[in-house]
Amino acid sequence: MPNDAMKYVDEFRDPQLAKRLLAEISAMLPSLMTGRQRPLQIMEVCGGHTHSIFRFGLNDLLPPEIEFVHGPGCPVCVLPMGRIDDCLAIANNSNVIIASFGDAMRVPGSAQSLLQARALGADIRMVYSPADALELARKNPHKEVVFFALGFETTMPGTAFTVLNAAREKIANFSVFCNHITIVSTIKAILDSPDMRLDGFLGPGHVSMIIGTKVFDFIPQDYRLPFVVAGFEPLDILQSIYMVLLQLQSKQPHVENQYSRVVQSGGSAQALSAIGEVFRLRDMFEWRGLGSINHSAVMLAPEFTKFDAEQRFSVPNISIADPKSCQCGEVLKGVIKPMECKVFGNPCTPESPLGALMVSSEGACAAYYNYGKQRMGAKRV
Amino acid sequence: MSKSPIRPLGDTINLSHGSGGRDMHRLLEQLILPTLCSGPIDDGDAASIAMAELINQGDRLAFTTDSYTITPLVFPGGDIGSLAVNGTVNDLAMSGAIPRYLSCALIIEEGFSIKALSSILQSMRTAADQANIRIIAGDTKVVHRGAADGLFINTAGIGVIPSKRQLGREHIRNDDIVIVSGFIGDHGAAVLAARDELQLAIPVDSDCQPLHVLTEALLSVCPNTRIMRDATRGGVASVLNELIADSSFGIQIMETLIPVRPVVRGACEILGLDPLYLANEGTMVAIIPEQDEQPALAAMQAQAAGVHARRIGKVTDHYPGLVSLLTQMGGERLIDIPSGELLPRIC
Ligand code: SF4
Repeated sequence: MPNDAMKYVDEFRDPQLAKRLLAEISAMLPSLMTGRQRPLQIMEVCGGHTHSIFRFGLNDLLPPEIEFVHGPGCPVCVLPMGRIDDCLAIANNSNVIIASFGDAMRVPGSAQSLLQARALGADIRMVYSPADALELARKNPHKEVVFFALGFETTMPGTAFTVLNAAREKIANFSVFCNHITIVSTIKAILDSPDMRLDGFLGPGHVSMIIGTKVFDFIPQDYRLPFVVAGFEPLDILQSIYMVLLQLQSKQPHVENQYSRVVQSGGSAQALSAIGEVFRLRDMFEWRGLGSINHSAVMLAPEFTKFDAEQRFSVPNISIADPKSCQCGEVLKGVIKPMECKVFGNPCTPESPLGALMVSSEGACAAYYNYGKQRMGAKRV
Repeated sequence: MSKSPIRPLGDTINLSHGSGGRDMHRLLEQLILPTLCSGPIDDGDAASIAMAELINQGDRLAFTTDSYTITPLVFPGGDIGSLAVNGTVNDLAMSGAIPRYLSCALIIEEGFSIKALSSILQSMRTAADQANIRIIAGDTKVVHRGAADGLFINTAGIGVIPSKRQLGREHIRNDDIVIVSGFIGDHGAAVLAARDELQLAIPVDSDCQPLHVLTEALLSVCPNTRIMRDATRGGVASVLNELIADSSFGIQIMETLIPVRPVVRGACEILGLDPLYLANEGTMVAIIPEQDEQPALAAMQAQAAGVHARRIGKVTDHYPGLVSLLTQMGGERLIDIPSGELLPRIC
């Protein structure tokens, strides 16, 4: 990795610039807060943002009038238990190798996670890309390699290109257990829920790189809320908040692109065409914490059925409800903060998560717990 | 024929090499003993150690053991052999001991290459010579194919703790300072890069090295060193948490002071890992009184293993039992003990 790449990152972590932005944000608040009883709630849709906010301690740098609502944007967090069970059912076929991203390994199913199943003998390998999974299939012609595909539009093109490659090379022992989800219908589901109380959005930077920014136009148009596509560095996030506040001040919500060094309004034509070729929308998909959402996920298109693990193997396909005590849905919508959930920290912890948001380090509850400002506060003498 | 010629060892280890019979003797006589042992070899069931000389060096023995398993067995900057020697040498050094004697038990999987074994044993010997420790006892077992991941090594070490040295968590005081001896995360990053599945070139070598010279240098100028630990599995984050767990003090470290190589930092950014949690095999953490900071750092920096030594934080009474990090941006967050295996994020 060239040193220049890191310098590039440092530019977006300059504490002096951060101070200036924070001062400007604070200066804007009095006028925005007049007549308001509760803080401004800004949802960061993407788990990557949640991670940065906690990793750099941004939420305690910002004034208390600004509250982050940690959205549904961690694909690992929102994967329902039933899908893990389905994956394990596939893994139980002798002769199958499951290839999974690292952070999906710990997601609990109703009885086990992939990590636990691996300890009991299932052949589950960690890969860093779908291409690695295909390589596994090439190297193990006598095994069935199933790639456990998940993620928003960010990771969809990788899966799509890999399926196209597998089709071109006529690889017969490779398939995809498809759990890819789509962001737009999910945001819409949150906006339409009756207890919605958001004031603006930090739009997902990586997803937008693929799908562009125009697809979010309905948010300012139909819901009158600012939407700023944001990068992941601390200064990106602070600047994006500043842009949201400016929009609130001018009362002219629109879609803005703070992350223009990476994101183009039309997205990536090449990636979109691969996605369009390989995937079709599912009518319904179940989310952890949010229930079923129409058209919120994709499956393989009919031409690629032979690469569809759900067609190749029998899966139980049972929907398993989240435990009753879970309040993940309310956290996702900003109705309560993670530590206000009745089971936060006890018994719901990253080591034994009850709810979705405790699962991945990008989940709101796990971030609160791991980076634990309130745990520090609680113990403070 | 009057005398049977010396039969060569062959290319691979098989079960008969662990059977106690002729093949096992050949393996010991031709490869293991000559490679590992300097000086005469005891032929009894236990090595005997002369006490008088040890008593001259200190008033307590330090005794430690550790088993080493790693994939891959050879990585940039070291292999399982150097790891097995340096790891135990460092455990001794961290307790303030001068490392003296080492035992070595090998568990070898059937089918393992003799050439690879020979090179790993050679690397153990080199590491032992470097650390001035003698390998004086050992054991060799061969297990069925599939029962071990190539090769496991257990080492146990004995060292002598000079009189008056008192290290321990109970000596930690408010306002003490926390130092690290060098760049963190090199070993973890090098091993990740050396694994097949990771198609990412991270040009960094493991920091695998003995630390006894460094600990002696530190203790000579800072006899009131409170505690020392090598930041192996779980990295600096875990060690710091262990040091102040259940104590009335906490530790606050500063992101801007923590030495991380740009390549390691870059790799961590991409993989969603935190260098504070990556393993080290030749980097230590120490807590010392604040007034000793300058001489302590100067003494460490004068040693090859401590050139990049620096202060990274301090002991505070703000957050008892917790480790916090002041971020580059001025925010503060908790550094918890990692839960389970390090798993990279996807997006
Ligand atoms: S604490 Fe657990 S159950 Fe409660 S909202 Fe968070 S993840 Fe869901």
